[in-house]
Amino acid sequence: MKIEVRGLSKRFGSVQAVSDVSFAVREGELLGLLGPSGSGKTTVLRLIAGLETPTSGEIFIDGRRVNDLSVQQRNIGFVFQHYALFKHLTVFDNVAFGLKIKKWRRSDAGARVAELLRLMGLEGLGHRYPHQLSGGQRQRVAIARALAPRPSVLLLDEPFGAVDAKVRQELREWLIRLHDELNVTSLYVTHDQEEAMEVSDRIIVFAKGRLEQVGSPAEVYEEPVSEFVARFIGSMNILEGEVKDGLVRVGSLEFPAPGFQDGQRLLVGFRPY
Amino acid sequence: MRLLLIATVWLYFGVLLIGPIAYLSAQSFGEGVAAFWQEITRPEAVHGFALTAEITAIVLVANVVLGTITALVLARQRFIGRTLLSGIIDLPFAVSPVIAGFMLILLFGPETILGTLLGAAGIKVLFALPAMVLATLFVTFPFVVRELTPLLQTIGAESEEAARTLGANEWQVFLRVILPSLRWGLIYGATLTVARAIGEFGAVLVVSGNILMLTQTATLHIYQSYVDFNYVAANAVAFTLLAISFGILTVLEIARARAAAAQQA
Repeated sequence: MKIEVRGLSKRFGSVQAVSDVSFAVREGELLGLLGPSGSGKTTVLRLIAGLETPTSGEIFIDGRRVNDLSVQQRNIGFVFQHYALFKHLTVFDNVAFGLKIKKWRRSDAGARVAELLRLMGLEGLGHRYPHQLSGGQRQRVAIARALAPRPSVLLLDEPFGAVDAKVRQELREWLIRLHDELNVTSLYVTHDQEEAMEVSDRIIVFAKGRLEQVGSPAEVYEEPVSEFVARFIGSMNILEGEVKDGLVRVGSLEFPAPGFQDGQRLLVGFRPY
Repeated sequence: MRLLLIATVWLYFGVLLIGPIAYLSAQSFGEGVAAFWQEITRPEAVHGFALTAEITAIVLVANVVLGTITALVLARQRFIGRTLLSGIIDLPFAVSPVIAGFMLILLFGPETILGTLLGAAGIKVLFALPAMVLATLFVTFPFVVRELTPLLQTIGAESEEAARTLGANEWQVFLRVILPSLRWGLIYGATLTVARAIGEFGAVLVVSGNILMLTQTATLHIYQSYVDFNYVAANAVAFTLLAISFGILTVLEIARARAAAAQQA
């Protein structure tokens, strides 16, 4: 397991942001943390990064317990929703920032930055300043900067939240390609279920600080464990019916309901197909 | 109507700014350049300029260092009393400098415990440099803090967090991320501090004792020359300070434009 989280909780004053969350991220996986805003998914990401301290619970990266390690020592790459680029530095110097801090040799750092700029489709933009770039380009610089020092895991907080819909679609496809190419274990926060379905290998659905379901996009879509997941992933009409003779009746329709008692009331969900 | 309004503005500026400045400039050289030069190079005047420069330099360093720390703490930390401290930053703007000086007299006077202790240790605060520096610090304290705190709040903490995730320690975050984005705001606040420190009169008058060749700053020298009917000396020193103020104003305008541009980018 690349990242593992056990019984993680975080309380801000009187607000319980994250309650007893446990999950694991496999090596090389692109895992989406999906949930409505305020569901605690960003807090989980920040706890893993070390930008917040958990109230309780344990975090492991590469099998090592990192609770007592500072954010600097955790060797993670973090991509912020609003890019958080260094405005006074050029694209090149932004990407090289972590390499300078980690005292890479100048020539190695230069080669690494050039490699990343090429990979991100940012060739020729190295001398520009962030304010001279489009939103999509800025976010790619932010990803290049996070990847430059070869982090053990990449954490992305709503990475495409601040760009318009068209660029968003491009960036999604581009992120999938990038992930296939680099194979960096990535944890990705989004409130956009369509985006999560398209990009992720597996999805974790959050609601009110709790983990609702973990599974592949197909699993959470076809076998939602709760009404919340069913309603949140895709669109679904939900009607209530009563069980009789192993069948649940909803209006004039009947569906098999094995294992349920007569007289029990069930919720039946319908998806457009 | 439009002409009347424009004329009003010209008259207002003329009476308040342009007239006095023009008249002062003319008077300064009324007795010739030689007389002007003689007045500003008299030992009393030179001492006044030197003392003003010394106080300004100390206050500038203290204000830049402590003001930056204060702004960082107020903008980034959550602690008990933060709202109270943020609320009283502007107090020096509201309090008369004379009252500021008077408070220092009360605090460090020979009758107080603090004054007695410092006196016993051989440290002279009142009617000496320390009190003059403290008085000037009191009146200039808000400039740097007021400039940087809102700037830090606008910039937000995300780029600092980004630097930490890239391995930067707190000192590196400060030098490589925070300081560059504060640069022009800091220069702006520092320039205001210098302008105010050079011009400060009331607070310094109260705590300095205005002793010739000892605690007489440039502004006190102007006042004393005027009281002694030595108008040539008063004019000459006043004109010199005015010229310095113009220089500072220029720096200020540049800094303000750059700060605004930096915040937009």
